Amino acid sequence: MTRMKRNFSGDEGPFWAFLPVYAAAAIWYFAFPTQLHLGTAVMIMVIFAMSIDMVLGFGGINTLGQAALYGAGAYAAGFLCVYAGWTEPATGLMVGAIAGAVVAAISGLLILRGDDLTVLALSIVVAGMLLEMANTFEGITGGFDGLRGIDMAPILGVFAFDLWGRTGFVWAAMVMFLVQLALWRIVASPFGVMMRGIRENPDRMATIGAPVLWRRLAIYTIGGAMAGIAGALQTQTAEFVSMDVLSFQVSATVLTVVIMGGLGRIYGAFVGAVIYVLFQDYMAKLAPQYWFFWLGLLFLLVAVFMQRGILDIALRIVARLRRGSA
Amino acid sequence: MSLLFYIVFDGLALGMLLFIITVGLSVTMGVMNFVNLAHGAFAMGGGYGLVLLVGQWGVGFMPSLVVVALVFFAVGAILETLLFRHFYTASPLTQVLMTIGIVYMSIAAITYFFGPLSAGFPIPEYLRGRVAIGEFGFPVYRAAIIVFGAVVAAMLYLVIDHTLVGAKVRAAVSNRHMAENAGVNVPALFSVLFGIGAALAAVGGALSIEIVGLTPSYALTFLVLVLLIVIIGGMGSIAGTLVASLVIGILDNAGKFLFPQAGAFLIYLLAFAILLWKPRGLLPGASAH
Repeated sequence: MTRMKRNFSGDEGPFWAFLPVYAAAAIWYFAFPTQLHLGTAVMIMVIFAMSIDMVLGFGGINTLGQAALYGAGAYAAGFLCVYAGWTEPATGLMVGAIAGAVVAAISGLLILRGDDLTVLALSIVVAGMLLEMANTFEGITGGFDGLRGIDMAPILGVFAFDLWGRTGFVWAAMVMFLVQLALWRIVASPFGVMMRGIRENPDRMATIGAPVLWRRLAIYTIGGAMAGIAGALQTQTAEFVSMDVLSFQVSATVLTVVIMGGLGRIYGAFVGAVIYVLFQDYMAKLAPQYWFFWLGLLFLLVAVFMQRGILDIALRIVARLRRGSA
Repeated sequence: MSLLFYIVFDGLALGMLLFIITVGLSVTMGVMNFVNLAHGAFAMGGGYGLVLLVGQWGVGFMPSLVVVALVFFAVGAILETLLFRHFYTASPLTQVLMTIGIVYMSIAAITYFFGPLSAGFPIPEYLRGRVAIGEFGFPVYRAAIIVFGAVVAAMLYLVIDHTLVGAKVRAAVSNRHMAENAGVNVPALFSVLFGIGAALAAVGGALSIEIVGLTPSYALTFLVLVLLIVIIGGMGSIAGTLVASLVIGILDNAGKFLFPQAGAFLIYLLAFAILLWKPRGLLPGASAH
């Protein structure tokens, strides 16, 4: 399998390099007050994409079942409101994170024991099983009609979720900041160094005494918590859970977003999510029934031509221009 | 007693269909190290091929099956030669994204040409009804599928284990470079293998309409089941695929009859139990990794 040596090399740069992302979010907030839902969708996708960055770019685990963890978070946050009557948003996100982490830890024990192709196929199967479960227990999940009746309490008891999505937008930005901080910290930690070693050469790391399976399970669980947060955030801002959160399409989409942006680059998730969400918004409005065709074409083109991501292509063009002018 | 009999009988028919559809993917994944998620699209294409030939143009059932098999042999071999072959050493994720892209595009194309609703065609008179043997009435169509599946399995076994071509395939699988040095044209062999897998999937898909139905999302709906069979059976193992297909076919049927509430759940539980016990599948084949 191809190695990913350049990803998360340990010199991700200072954390303030993220500042432009939040400046862009602030500009969006004031410049497009009618498009805040779109911006929220982008930020949820960024958080979700960071979970893939964690599991795949950093852990080297080939997963195509991230929808299982995202969906677990989404449903957990929904159940908490509908069945437990607990509507406080911050704890809702925590419950989503725990749900994603628990599903990841349990399914990871099974998935991570296989080789590359088995990991990939089993991750698809786990998500398929959860989708089947959501369908079977439609009395609880709402089945195809989705889970309704979610009514979030105001954030900190002050900021109520409004019709224009203003609160949702700011809430998503704050959550994105915290998840990004966590990702950045973990990558730079001693644990992160060990993970890079396992990604590049698992046999060698096992020889020098690293518990490879358990470390991979740990990273998968952390990724699960991030995906769970993204799912819970989706539930809270939409106040609705569709069964689609567990669909295969979700897993394939988030993977495309990360690869398109550039796996393991701090801006990768952001660039990929912005391009994808705007593309989807445009194409789905143009011809909703044939949206699948364009989505498929996007997957195909990203796989064939953009394995290293748009950022990599852009950086190479810049480098060539510089050489040309010098 | 007779309920048990019908559960096993219908389950066998479903299992044989799954085997015919899946065996090509098991070979692709085990031998060529290529995760072809578009394999289900071949099965769906075979189904719509028959809808077009039999249902709309009035061609006979059997000739249509032959046409579909030939067309998808060509489609598979050409796709392998032009596109897939260049991705055998790529990351599995690249393979997956590319092939799932093909699945979504084919779903949209099918929706465009055939509409989003379920499609079908009348099966010929001689395959309908039941044949009574003793106290049991055998549905002819399902019995024919079981026989056909058994014939396919036997042919694959005979060709691979007892012919020169089969020996070349086995050589290419166990050591590709050595086989090439000994004069085996491995790329051509892989193209043919891929084509045969695609043709079988198309025929299996065409035969499955009568039993599981056909909509444009067929390629996605069966993806999970097909992958599960490949993994349970052991990638690259034809015998393993057969065993896993039959077990899953029968269990799925039993689940629907006996525990309709549990849905497809039984299969997943069984799959996880098997994989905890044998992470490389029931009969791990000679796989290239």
